[in-house]
Amino acid sequence: MARWSRQRKKRAWITTLFSSYYGVFLVFIYGPMIAMFILSFQGRRGGTSFPMRGTSFYWWQKLVEPSTVGDMQGALLRSLILALIVMVITALFSTMLAMAFRKRFVGSNLLFYTVMAGLMVPGILLSLGLATLMRQIGIPAAWWSSGLGVHVVWTLPFGFLVMMAVFNRFDTSLEEAARDMGADEWTVFKEVTFPLILPGIVAAGLFGFTLSYDEFARTTLLAGEFNTLPLDINASMTQRIRPTLFALGTASTLFSLVMIGLFLVVYSVLYRRTH
Amino acid sequence: MESLTPSSHPGLVGDQPVAPERPGVEASVKRRRREGGFPVGWLIAPSALWLLVFLVIPLVSIVVFSLWTSTGYGLEPDLDFGNYAEYFLAEGFFDPDHRNFLRLSVFIRTLGSTFAYTLEVMVLCLLLGYPIAYFLAMRVSSFKWQMALFLVCMVPFWTSYLIRAVAWLPMLGRRGLLNSLLVSLGIIDKPARFLLYSEFGYTTALAQLYVVLCVGPIFFSLAKIDNDILEAARDMGATAFQIFREIILPLSLPGVAIGMIFIFVMLMGEFATAVVVYGGKASTVGTVILNYYAIANYPFAAVNAIMLMLAMMIGVVIILRLVNIRKEL
Repeated sequence: MARWSRQRKKRAWITTLFSSYYGVFLVFIYGPMIAMFILSFQGRRGGTSFPMRGTSFYWWQKLVEPSTVGDMQGALLRSLILALIVMVITALFSTMLAMAFRKRFVGSNLLFYTVMAGLMVPGILLSLGLATLMRQIGIPAAWWSSGLGVHVVWTLPFGFLVMMAVFNRFDTSLEEAARDMGADEWTVFKEVTFPLILPGIVAAGLFGFTLSYDEFARTTLLAGEFNTLPLDINASMTQRIRPTLFALGTASTLFSLVMIGLFLVVYSVLYRRTH
Repeated sequence: MESLTPSSHPGLVGDQPVAPERPGVEASVKRRRREGGFPVGWLIAPSALWLLVFLVIPLVSIVVFSLWTSTGYGLEPDLDFGNYAEYFLAEGFFDPDHRNFLRLSVFIRTLGSTFAYTLEVMVLCLLLGYPIAYFLAMRVSSFKWQMALFLVCMVPFWTSYLIRAVAWLPMLGRRGLLNSLLVSLGIIDKPARFLLYSEFGYTTALAQLYVVLCVGPIFFSLAKIDNDILEAARDMGATAFQIFREIILPLSLPGVAIGMIFIFVMLMGEFATAVVVYGGKASTVGTVILNYYAIANYPFAAVNAIMLMLAMMIGVVIILRLVNIRKEL
């Protein structure tokens, strides 16, 4: 009896130790972002580091003012449009792929590893290869063509893995039943399969949207004449760094957080409805 | 009462009702299953085509371009191994009169230093991330809390990594938060210079940027461990450390391998953090590639890219040799 309680106590002690480490870890991964958030309200005469010299919305105001350097609003708009297109394509392609992978087919291994290669190949290589190739052929690079292309290569494996997991737990007998009752493939998909996998499709879309919105390495040489937001942020790094950059970073991060929250809410609502 | 089938009561001994064999039904079910679903060709065609155009062809073209010659502003078709020779032999490797005689070329040294940083950060990420994954999978009992705490850790993965790198600037600067903290705690008496634009700041920032990538895979492989095994080991009197060493650690290795491969590949291709946090003081293979692209020496950029790819493949193969991740996929 005494031995048991001593063990319990030790276990509780270890758990406390790990919980506090978890707290420290959160400070480590979120701390810099929070410091950036606070510094974006730096006073008009303040700089890019502490201490704060008063607080103001000065740097946030500069964000919405049309500025001579860079085209931030345009970059934001392009990034948003691109992220939405990538989201749709990722959700669509990964669903189709995962449906194909429910059966064995010739070349399925090759296709699987090619999809996964999108995750493994560093963005700089993809950027270099495609940019040089397009230069050679004479097609100008643009965010909506070559940029879109490499973004989907990057997001597709994530969506694909999500959808594979969804179909792994999928009960085929429901589709069988519908087929037995004489439904054709489209009806089976529309009435049975789609509603059940919809939460998964939303999750795949989340990866498509957020990973595209923040993508930088792959787009480096491929955005062409007009920058996406991450490229614009990177370009502004070459000038003197001002708190405006922190305001922009904070705004962009908050936007990402809102999007993640939105996706998670939609996901859990849909998930609860289907299960 | 329901009829008992052998499968639903595996522990039942004695006479069990045997399911009548009906080969006809089996065959028809199988045939119908093969018929069900959309044609595979249509399902994979768009993705396959997309990957061909935007992944396979660009990578193949890097190999081709590395053999072409640079005209100073563009490329010319050729079969020239001179770019590779220069890559290995630049700086008078074979020239006894040169001061860099028998010294590895600057490109190989850059590859080496990129690799060294990568290794350092991988170890850091593992040390920082493993306890988190362990805590989430083993020490949090409620599933709801487990998922919530896990998601909190994963959120940075869905935010911009460039912005997270920028966020290190106010932390590490000479008047940054870290310095003020150290001074106010009395650990140092005047602000240290070694934080920003230093190796310390660089590796710390990289570890923070990439650690979440290994928490995920390790967490998933830990969460898969059957609780009964741990319970059994505990009943037989194993200490917590023994359980960890004999059961948990070996079973988590596939997750560790996947996380490490992920981080390894990303870090080898890293170039932006070196500029933002390290002030461009260190060149990585990524920055070398970009520099040669900027001066329109495409073949040499391609050669650097290929050597990077080779080094990465070797690294991934080594990790796969050490750990069998087949079971995980």
